[in-house]
Formats: sequence, C-alpha cells, structure tokens
Amino acid sequence: MNPNAIDTQAIEMKAARMRYDIVEMIAAAGSGHPGGSLSAADIVATLYFGIMKHDPAHPDAPERDRFVLSKGHAAPVLYAALSEAGYFGREHLVTLRKLGSLLQGHPDSKKTPGVEVSTGSLGQGLSIACGIALGLNPEKEDERSVYCLLGDGECQEGQVWEAAMFAAHKSLDNLVAIVDRNGLQIDGACSEVMCLGEIEAKFAAFGWEVATCDGHDIEGIIDSITRVRAVSGRPGVVVASTVKGRGVSFMEDEAGWHGKAPSIEETEVALRELQAALEEKGASL
Amino acid sequence: MSKRATREAFGATLVQLADEGLDVVAVEADLSKSTTTATFADAYPERFFNAGIAEQNMINVAAGLAVAGKIAFTGSFAVFATGRAYDQVRNTVCYSELDVKLAPTHSGITVGPDGGSHQMLEDIALMRVLPGMRVLVPADYFAAGEALRLAAATPGPFYIRLGRAAIPAVYDESFSFELGKAYVVRQGSDVTLAACGVMVERALAAAELLAGDGVSAEVIDVATVKPIDAATIAVSAAKTGAVVACEEHSIIGGLGSAVAEVLGERAPVPFARVGVRDVFGTSGEPEELMAHFGLTAHHVAEAAREVLHRRS
Repeated sequence: MNPNAIDTQAIEMKAARMRYDIVEMIAAAGSGHPGGSLSAADIVATLYFGIMKHDPAHPDAPERDRFVLSKGHAAPVLYAALSEAGYFGREHLVTLRKLGSLLQGHPDSKKTPGVEVSTGSLGQGLSIACGIALGLNPEKEDERSVYCLLGDGECQEGQVWEAAMFAAHKSLDNLVAIVDRNGLQIDGACSEVMCLGEIEAKFAAFGWEVATCDGHDIEGIIDSITRVRAVSGRPGVVVASTVKGRGVSFMEDEAGWHGKAPSIEETEVALRELQAALEEKGASL
Repeated sequence: MSKRATREAFGATLVQLADEGLDVVAVEADLSKSTTTATFADAYPERFFNAGIAEQNMINVAAGLAVAGKIAFTGSFAVFATGRAYDQVRNTVCYSELDVKLAPTHSGITVGPDGGSHQMLEDIALMRVLPGMRVLVPADYFAAGEALRLAAATPGPFYIRLGRAAIPAVYDESFSFELGKAYVVRQGSDVTLAACGVMVERALAAAELLAGDGVSAEVIDVATVKPIDAATIAVSAAKTGAVVACEEHSIIGGLGSAVAEVLGERAPVPFARVGVRDVFGTSGEPEELMAHFGLTAHHVAEAAREVLHRRS
C-alpha cells in the first residue's frame, strides 16, 4: 500500500455519504447508536476505501484483509461502508433493526455479507482479531492485515487487555487496532464514569507500536495506520481522537446521543446538515 | 481392564487429527499438562497457542482462528471454559456459528481434592441451552477420542465434556461416536437407566445389582446430550415404563432435565434423577465424593427401585 496514492478527497466524500446514511437508517429504525457511528465514520471510510484490500464481489476471497468491529453497537457505520462498497444494495439500509433484515442491531456474520464475525458484546473483538491474525499466519510474504475498531469506553473491559497482552506476546504485526477515542460512553464522560488513564501508554507498556491522530483527518488516519502496520514484530494501535456525533451539530460531543434515534424534526435538521456537508465536498445524494 | 481418564484422549487425538491432515489448532489457558494439550503442543508447536491465564481471550482467539478457517479446539477446565468465558462462548462462538470445539477437562466432582470451586457441575446446563451448541459427554477414554474426532469433522460449535479421573472402559477401539445417537449398552425390560459420562459404567453396575433382585434394567448411554436422541429414550421408556437419569452434574439443567423434557413430551412415565442435588462440590477423593453425593451404582439401583415402586 502506497499511502501517497490514496485519494483522500474521495474518502472524505465516502465518509460524508456514510454519515448521511447512518442518520437516515437509524431514523428509519427508530433506535440505534448514532453517536459512536458518526465518530467512527472517517476511520471506517479510510479503511474500506483507502487501506483495506477487499472485493465486494468476492467477500470470501482468501487474500482479503479482515475487519472486526469490536464496538459492535456502531453497526450503522459498518453497514454504510459495506453498502457504499457494494456488498449489498442501499435499499437494505432502511430495514436496519427490523424483523427479517440483513442488518441486525449489532453485526451478525450469519446474515450480512462482508461482516467477518458477529460482535456486540463489548471487549471481545480484539481477541477475535488476534485469532484471525494468528490464523492468517503472519509472515513476510503474507501481507494480509487484520484491522479492529474499538471504542475508548470499551477499553474498560478487562478482556481488551488480555488481548493486548496476547497480541504483543505473539508478535502479531499483521494486526492493527484503532481506538475511536470519542471520550463519551452511555453514562457520560469516560473520564468520569471510569477513567482508564492513558490508553496510548497502556498499549505501549504491553509492547505495541502506538500512534495517535485526529480521527477526522483522513491523511492523519492513513499515515498512522501505515506507520504502525509497517513495524515488524509488534502489533500496532492507532488512538484516534474523535468527536462523538460528528457531523450533526446537536449530536456532537453529547453522551445523550450514544444510543437513541432522532425525532422526525431532528432527523430533518440532521440530514440537511449532512447533505450540505456532502455538497460542500462536491458530491450529491 | 485398566482405567483411563477421558482427558488423556484430548492431546493424543489432536495429534492424530493433525497427522491425518485436518487443519486443527488448539488454544490453551495455562493448563496444557492437566488437559493433555501439551501432547499436541509437543507434536505441533506451531498449531498450539497458550493464552496464559485468560480464558475469555482463549475462547475468542479460538473464534478468530475459526474465522480464519481453522478447526479450533480449546482447553482449560470446565468451570473456567464455560463459566468464566460464557459470554464469549455465547456471543461469539455460538452466535457466529464458528468451528470452535470446547473440550475442557476436570468436569464434575471426580476432580477430587481441589474442591467445589473447581468441580464444574453446571456445564451441561450452560452449554445445552445455547442455540447451535452440540453437547457430547463421553463415557470413557475411547468414546472421548471418538467424540473429539466427531467434533473436528462436523462444522460448528461443540462442547465435549472431559474428566480428570481414571475411569473403567465401557467401550473399546471399535467404538464410533455418532452425533445425536444414544447407545443401548444393555437391554432390559423393567426400568431404563439413562446415563452419560462416568455414570454409564455405574449404571451398568447398577443393572447387575438389580438383576440380583430379578429386575431387568436397560442401560442407555446418552453420549450426545444435545441434540438428544429422543426416539431411543422414548422407545425404551415406553417399553420399561420407568426411567432413571444418571449424571455427574447438577440435577438441574443437565441430562436429567433433558431426559425429563423428552419423557414429558413423548412418554410420561415415573422418573427419577441421580445427580448432585443443587449443591456445590467439596474436597475429597473422587470415589469418596461419588459416595458422598449419591452417585454410586448402589444409589442408581436404589433410585430404580424407587421409580419401580411408584410405577406399580
């Protein structure tokens, strides 16, 4: 992967489109998690449209990179990316959380094309990603990577640190974790609910290669991921600072928007803002 | 015949499966010598992954290996693999329908002196209730090896319940483990003894005791607790008209409950459960504990006489 060859503007457009889809599908569902989906939109767009090797026409192609959404409640951001990439038609988005839908409230690998493994119970994804990374047999000639997106609140789960210990001990240098550090969880600020301290220092202490970036700066995300992935013998983590609810003025940095759908009036305002952002980037719906 | 523990089959069978070309791997949580996965680690070090004392991670690393196409076995003790890592087994292994085969050892009270904290008596109940999980309870060393082979050859999640103590053989090398099949290991006409695991041999001994009283007991090895062989159990119950379930497990939620479900729906007959009666285990030698908790051949025979009394 040559980071200079990646079209960051195109990724920004994808992310803008995904944000619109996220709000639209959660509004249609009448429930869901907009805050952490919107905060992760730039990260997930960068992975799917800039970094990862994958082929929507062949979701099981052995040479593909793998993605695990450990913060499974942000399923809408994943569904937006998968639909934008072409894993399934856009018409499925408004079926989110409805009976018979491909798109479950949390990712379900049995139902949704492109979802590698079911997640939703927090703290488990990084361990799964470790297993996949082991199974892909990290060797120099094998360039397949495993990417795992965690929330910062999620890092309160002890199992995350079991996995951190494991990945470093097994030298899983084909594994890259990305922490969507939006600073909020359901009950409020992470620092107030249960302060974890320095996430970067903790991963570094376990032996990981650590990078930090602005999680809404596509170039920064690309550079950070590329840098930690290039280090041999150690797993990499990118701690990406984000704004929860990013892109919708009244949702930004509000813990209350972790897990509720906007009303009809709120949806109109949100979609207007997101459409304007999309058009600002030279794209349209 | 010499006694062997079901756990002894674990590492040895994994080695055979790898020798035969199956893409098996094992994830352990610092108990490789006790579970015998160390045997596999010695033969195939590149396929063995020790997670350290971290059972939740062990289960999900195995899940990830399965996502990457491997047939992933996990070790540890039954109490930790099913109890401590329950959410991992439920939400990742079973919910994603992955090729993860849990084969923890040290189930039941025959763990012995380690005491109640380490004697898992609720694992069949915990695993049986999970959608998609298959629950195998081998009766001896030979059945254990075949159970592991069956699990490796069959897609999806499995729970194979292994034990620490050396126990007598019920079968020999010719035994073939068929998923969902209950084995009638002794024909009889007066009462059905439906057993699993270490209790199969005891049920056979109980049948001998009952024969001395002129009672003809049919003994069924319910080697697959889930999916249960309802037909074999119902046919036997209809024939004998009385059933005793025997397990080294809590009387709640395990084989006894599974058999009661079958009888209740298909063949209601007088029924009794032999098992640990809703208490934790305690320290002691395995045989002392089996007597203390009422899991000897004499207890099984006594339960059979009691259901026969109720039937008449």
